[in-house]
Amino acid sequence: MWSYIAKRLLFVIPVLFGMTAIVFLIMAMIPGDPATAILGAYATPENIARINRQLGLNHSLFEQYLIWLGHILQGDLGRSYSLNRPVLDEVLERFSATLTLAGASFLLCSLFGLLAGIVSAARQFSWTDRVITLLVLIGISTPSFWLGLLLILVFAVELQWLPASGMNAIYGGGDIQDLLSHLALPAITLAVIATGVIARLTRGAMLEVLRQDYIRTARAKGLNERRVIYRHAFKAALVAIIPVLGIQAGFVLGGAVYIETVFQWPGIGRMLVQAIATRDILLAQGGVLVVATSYVLFNLAADVAQHRLDPRLTS
Amino acid sequence: MTRSSRPSAWKLLRHNHIAFFGLCLFLLVTVIALVAPILPLSAPNDTAPAERLLRPLSEGRLLGTDHLGRDLLSRLIWGARVSISVGLSATLIASVIGSALGLIAGFAGGRTDNVLMRGVDMLMAFPYILLALAIVAALGPGLSNALYAIALVNIPFFARNIRGVTLSLTRRDFVDAARLSGKGPVRILLTEILPNVAPIIVITMSTTLGWMILETAGLSFLGLGAQPPQADLGAMLGEGRKLLFTAPHVSVIPGLMIFALVMSVNLIGDGVRDVLDPKLKSGSLTRPSAMTEVQSADAKSSPAPDISATQDALAVRNLQTEFLVGTDIYKAVGGVSFELGKGECLGLVGESGSGKSVTAMSLLRLAPTPPGRIVSGQIWRSGEDLLSFPLHRIQALRGGEIAYIFQDPLSSLHPLFSVGAQVAEAIQAHQPYSHREAWRAAVSLLEQVRLPNAASIAHSYPHELSGGMRQRVCIAMALANHPQIIVADEPTTALDVTVQAQVLKLMNQQRKQNEAAALLFITHDFGVVSEICDRVAVMYAGRIVEVGAAGEVLNKPAHPYTRLLINCVPIPGRNQDRLPAIPGSPPAVNNLPAGCAFADRCPFAEGDCRNGDIRLRPLGENRFARCIKPLWKTAP
Repeated sequence: MWSYIAKRLLFVIPVLFGMTAIVFLIMAMIPGDPATAILGAYATPENIARINRQLGLNHSLFEQYLIWLGHILQGDLGRSYSLNRPVLDEVLERFSATLTLAGASFLLCSLFGLLAGIVSAARQFSWTDRVITLLVLIGISTPSFWLGLLLILVFAVELQWLPASGMNAIYGGGDIQDLLSHLALPAITLAVIATGVIARLTRGAMLEVLRQDYIRTARAKGLNERRVIYRHAFKAALVAIIPVLGIQAGFVLGGAVYIETVFQWPGIGRMLVQAIATRDILLAQGGVLVVATSYVLFNLAADVAQHRLDPRLTS
Repeated sequence: MTRSSRPSAWKLLRHNHIAFFGLCLFLLVTVIALVAPILPLSAPNDTAPAERLLRPLSEGRLLGTDHLGRDLLSRLIWGARVSISVGLSATLIASVIGSALGLIAGFAGGRTDNVLMRGVDMLMAFPYILLALAIVAALGPGLSNALYAIALVNIPFFARNIRGVTLSLTRRDFVDAARLSGKGPVRILLTEILPNVAPIIVITMSTTLGWMILETAGLSFLGLGAQPPQADLGAMLGEGRKLLFTAPHVSVIPGLMIFALVMSVNLIGDGVRDVLDPKLKSGSLTRPSAMTEVQSADAKSSPAPDISATQDALAVRNLQTEFLVGTDIYKAVGGVSFELGKGECLGLVGESGSGKSVTAMSLLRLAPTPPGRIVSGQIWRSGEDLLSFPLHRIQALRGGEIAYIFQDPLSSLHPLFSVGAQVAEAIQAHQPYSHREAWRAAVSLLEQVRLPNAASIAHSYPHELSGGMRQRVCIAMALANHPQIIVADEPTTALDVTVQAQVLKLMNQQRKQNEAAALLFITHDFGVVSEICDRVAVMYAGRIVEVGAAGEVLNKPAHPYTRLLINCVPIPGRNQDRLPAIPGSPPAVNNLPAGCAFADRCPFAEGDCRNGDIRLRPLGENRFARCIKPLWKTAP
């Protein structure tokens, strides 16, 4: 098992390098001149040249990449000119907010998605199954940014149960209860589509597994249905579901861009939209890189979990 | 692709009401959007400062106006036009490029495949909304750039799906045939492979179209897609968001439109997938329920007087199990009766499809429902009819008094639990053992079935064992609770010949040790019957055609079918150039002929054989045959 994890970790390294190249290339294609963006339209040529030197833009593209990469390897993502602080500090601060949101969402969508899928499959063709199938269809068709607005209208404006935006109350916030109340609406909004996707997949995987011979064996042993469904069938279905959970972790991370905008959540998605708008290339590069790296690690975790679950994969 | 009896794709889609509803909704929106220029609407960008933020249902403004006094209905329709065309274009771009990549990678294989798929993997290593965002950032905000970004991030889905299918097609015979006939690779790709891949492309298109509409709307919502003043659903939502508290309708209405559009597309997508991929059709992918459904009129009737008091371990009367597939009824078991004496071994013999397994499964209601159901009969044990039992009583019998051993031990064992845990679980299902006690008992059971190093083998997983060892585990599991009846469904068929004999010997020994459990042994092999069975019942087309003591039936078959079946057994030592096979094939059990089901293959069939129901006739003591012209008749 450990040798497998080590092998997979080794395999991640080229992927991460490839990612830095892609991120760098995409960001280098961004139109507009950072120096002009910093200094304004009336900057003198000397000042522009000075800024370009500071930003390393006087080198060739490949040299710029190597310099940037060298800095990254030393843990230096550069300095954001629009915020005038190290990119790494800003990115980590924002990313922890996004992780809080995405993590809560991921818990929600895994829990409800799996449960809905299992129940739906176990009671195929029943009314429960039909209602769940309909809800799932509605879930995966709902624009999350729109759902967020609806939830704000209902729960923040009409009912005034929950705050409409932000991560903490401005005055007297900071405790866990305050965080949870701010987290509820965005986390639910973000989880809806992923819940639908997971439920759908779980239903299909469970149906596939429930037809297998070993389920008949479990029944022939005299096990009760709960044990057959939740222990025998679900464990086998999980092997197929886990990679999708990894993909959904990435979906939740990416989808946070919309939700953070709707709920004014101080996360990395909103930071990226702002960084793109202000042409803060280093900030955008750093942000994309950190999110993408975490996504690779989530998929790695999913892969390892899958191998732990299914002994056939490692042997 | 076979186009057998399946109705046309359109017809199937038409009959899928939900998908058809989606199609109608989508067409309705599309048609309205298409004719938008000639509809009596104000232009979508006409501002009217005096009529700002009118509520829906205001006079002349069905859906109200936005912060610039622009007509929301008009903007909605024009916006839908944008969303549909952008979604379709993005899907088209992604599918063409992605499918081309997938086709080339799958067909070329080797290095080309490697390079292309590494690139695709690289793109998929990003959360794709983030990638789209980064691409839009690079290209600059704008509707067409958002379209390219969304198309680009969806290319990997197509490439992966299509590559997989292409790869498997490339190894198929018809492609080899085309190669040998001198077709070039491009022609093979276009004329042989593409038509077969096309359904998968269409499925992927229909399932991703909704996403693409959603994601382009999302980019516009963030201000990175359509730019003002263009009427775009996502952009309308984004602008309306600032007025959420004062005029919610400005953002709620366009969102509703996106939702309706995406939902209709997803409905169509599900329908298309069901039609083009019959395997996924929700109807055919059914899960068997906990026990076979009984729809029997006589199941709950009063006990049959003579049977309930007998000393038999089990007495089956007129058991009928059917499978309902589409509108066809397959009478897999068409009225089977037999007794299984205590400690007796009864062989149930027949070709595949004769209904012997379904008979065995029906005893403890393990035949899958749907599509199966028991429509008639009784199964007597200790004066009670098992078919009248509720689930919990059946579960108490399963693996307890009556245990099963199945054909393929690899597929019958759970791949993710150690074999020790699976045996221990069988014990715990019926006896109040702690985990530790159950494990110890499991290990001693594994020893009992002669597995070497049982203590360490208990920790292995099924895939780590050989076929014979696996079947020993299954036997251990069946013996776990000292059953009085063991039902073995072709337990040696999936094993090597040398292992078969060992397993057979083991089963026979174990059965006799265990207070002489009765054994119902299902097989197609008369050789096996002669080794362990006391009596034998021969099945054909869902019914028993001959019953008798094993030795008698083997030496002196009465039914022509039995004799032909016995002739199929190779005799060791005798040089047989070819084994005789019974000409023809068994009748389909959804369309049984009148009279004897074997008549069409029987060398002795006469006119009377094809008339009326032929009963099982007595031929001697405990000897019956369902034949009006048996090969021999007892002297009266």
